[in-house]
Amino acid sequence: MAEPRAIHRRLNVRLWLGGSWIGLLFFCAIFAGALAPHDRLAQDLMLQTLPPAWIDGAEPGYYLGTDSLGRDILARILYATRPALIVAIVASSAACAFGSLLGLMAGFFGGWTDRVISRLVDIWMAFPPVLLSILLVAVMGPGLSSVIIAIAVIDWTRFCRVVRAEAMQQRRMDYVDSAKAMGYGTGRIMAREVLPNVLPAILVLFSLEMGIAVIVEAILSFVNLSISTDDPTWGSMIAEGRSIVHQAWWVLVFPLLCLFLTVLAFSQFGEGLKERFDPVMR
Amino acid sequence: MSAPFLEIDRLSVRLRRGGAGRLLRQVSIAVAPGEVHGLVGESGAGKSMIGRAIFGILPRAVEVIEGAVRLGGTDLFALSDRRRRRLVGVTASLIPQDPLTALNPSKRIEVQMTDRLTKILGLTGAAARARALGLLEEVHIQDPARVFRSYPHELSGGMRQRVLIASAFAAEPRLIVADEPTTALDVTVQKQILKLIAEMQRRHGTALLFVTHNLGVVAKICQRVSVLYAGKIVEQTDVATLFAAPAHAYTRALMAATPRYDRPDESLAPVRPEVIEALAREIAASDADWREARLARGEGRA
Amino acid sequence: MSPPLFKIENLRLSLPDMTRKPLFGAAPRIEILKGVSFDIAAGSTIGIVGESGSGKSTLGRAMVRLYEPDSGAVRFDGVDIAHLAETALRPLRRDLQVIFQDPYSSLNPRKSIGAIIGAPLLFHRVAASAGEARERVAAALDAVGLPAAFASRYPHELSGGQRQRIGIARAIALSPRFVLADEIVSGLDVSSQAQILDLLGRLKDELKLTLAFISHDLSVVRRLCGRVIVMRGGEIVENRETAALFEAPQHPYTRQLLAAIPLPEIDPGWLES
Repeated sequence: MAEPRAIHRRLNVRLWLGGSWIGLLFFCAIFAGALAPHDRLAQDLMLQTLPPAWIDGAEPGYYLGTDSLGRDILARILYATRPALIVAIVASSAACAFGSLLGLMAGFFGGWTDRVISRLVDIWMAFPPVLLSILLVAVMGPGLSSVIIAIAVIDWTRFCRVVRAEAMQQRRMDYVDSAKAMGYGTGRIMAREVLPNVLPAILVLFSLEMGIAVIVEAILSFVNLSISTDDPTWGSMIAEGRSIVHQAWWVLVFPLLCLFLTVLAFSQFGEGLKERFDPVMR
Repeated sequence: MSAPFLEIDRLSVRLRRGGAGRLLRQVSIAVAPGEVHGLVGESGAGKSMIGRAIFGILPRAVEVIEGAVRLGGTDLFALSDRRRRRLVGVTASLIPQDPLTALNPSKRIEVQMTDRLTKILGLTGAAARARALGLLEEVHIQDPARVFRSYPHELSGGMRQRVLIASAFAAEPRLIVADEPTTALDVTVQKQILKLIAEMQRRHGTALLFVTHNLGVVAKICQRVSVLYAGKIVEQTDVATLFAAPAHAYTRALMAATPRYDRPDESLAPVRPEVIEALAREIAASDADWREARLARGEGRA
Repeated sequence: MSPPLFKIENLRLSLPDMTRKPLFGAAPRIEILKGVSFDIAAGSTIGIVGESGSGKSTLGRAMVRLYEPDSGAVRFDGVDIAHLAETALRPLRRDLQVIFQDPYSSLNPRKSIGAIIGAPLLFHRVAASAGEARERVAAALDAVGLPAAFASRYPHELSGGQRQRIGIARAIALSPRFVLADEIVSGLDVSSQAQILDLLGRLKDELKLTLAFISHDLSVVRRLCGRVIVMRGGEIVENRETAALFEAPQHPYTRQLLAAIPLPEIDPGWLES
């Protein structure tokens, strides 16, 4: 049937909004030192729980207020982008690399390879992820690297499943047979013919995974299993703010808002990527 | 000649947003009750758009500029959505191209056939079952009970198409649109299915709009033919005239391109560029005339 | 008389029936090719015709070793490639080219046309450098009647007929000795079909190719092929010169096939015959 080929170039809102927030986060992470009005660690018991700038009783210069130890919320939020993004990028990359490789092999080779890998994934996915991550970090000791390892170890299965399905679909295409008929080796076919077609799905999943990694890090730092120093993370800030939420709501709300927007941005960016890739593939 | 049952009257259709060209250019087709009318065209010519217009399922990106589609005298576009769907559901049905995708792979044949009968004709379970079995016998299926119990993937392509033909005739429609029903079939199966369609059509007296790109099939089963190019009917005549003395250069070019094993040197001739250019000029000229006429009537493009 | 370029001897091949695969263990095998034998003379064009389930596509793939036969010989230029290891097969693959049926899946959507045609040239060292590859790509595009500028385009920008031409360009760019055309016009319009067949006919004469043309449509092979093989149920039922086959078909199945083809002419008794 002759559907017209023109793809309506609507503005891809998700991609732009999500991407803008992510870009902003990276900017804040890199330039936190220059952007933060105060030292994130500096305590001043004279300036405890000051409200944000637009409320009575605020101290000029502390735009989002202070916490129970007199530390500037804004500065802490800015610096907290660093652990969030580090975990997001490193953990997602590790999960992606390992999971995609196994998924590609399972989908492309089929047979025993597929059976073994699929069984492995099924068993792995039977464990409850959050509990498992807490367990792993508790065993390895708290800290950012433990968090990263825990996330990668648990979430690689997500990539494996999706990549396997995509690889299986691509394997049936004639261009794969054409590559075989040309005499290309298996490795080359997997890496240079099939992988580029699976890449869009991987990228979408990577973006989603970054959002998940941020949340998991927040959960772990909420229960004090992440960074053990005074360095702020959104999760630890939320934990601190929780107990005084009635007296000083801003200590909880602002980091929570950032967390929420960040996870939303990553997932929407991923969805936006999916939309963008679809018409081209058809 | 009796009043046509299906009347497509100067139907013009275009993409809502952008593109100067129309997808259907004042298409007029009349199919009398009991007549087999062939609609010939290549892919992109607009054949499926016509089918969709008849069933009221034009894509959202497409709008009707002018013209009408009438079933038994009733203008479909003048009806509300619900009314149109009811009318079309009762009086018309479709034999689709791909028997595999047209059937629900997760439901047995019995369920799929009786569902249609109970919903459209309001038959009770037992009556619907009896009628469905009767239809399967009509399409010469040897063991209708076994087919009833089967899932689509358990049947051959030809068998599935027979089931779809049976389903199409189930509600005694006055019009059937057959959308390339034999294109996906082997040539020996195709002959059986064509024979079956012709037999069923004669027996039930149904009007049949047979969409195809195969001139050979048209010659064997159709009484009248419309040749479609870029949304425009370039030739419309009875089948004997079309094959004896095709009037339009495009029809002649299609005939010359059609493979013929009995005339190897006179067939498989690629369509000459002059023919395509002449067609482009013809389309441009008729588009220009049409636009002028519309402006004169005060109906410029929105 | 020179030896045939291809000599197929008693080829047998079975494939696993995935629809009847048990939960554990291998799927039962169905025999697709049941002892097929025929020759292809160098420079000739042979049509392999059959309906679905005849084994014609499987035969084609076995000939170019996309499948490995269970038994029998596939002699290409004297060498039996039926069970040759992939490393030994690789240099021969340049001479065994395939054009596939589905123009929408036979070109890698993520590669440009230039890469699709050019990469094999570098791989098989037909072109020594990227520059030479580009030139050969342009020549191949020209040979199939497409502008050289298409090299930077992507498959999704092209129509079915154009994509099929790219498939042809990819095959001939390597100057192969043999080309297998697997139902290459089955999904195309009448006019595109005529153009592609016309193009293929010219190219095979110009380049002196040996061509095997698989089709389900007997009408299409008459002009192109010097010899026709009719297949049914994994066996060859008739193997004759084209004119002889069409004028005086010997096997009842061949006659049945011919009788089933609707010719574009009025024939009131045809449906009943």
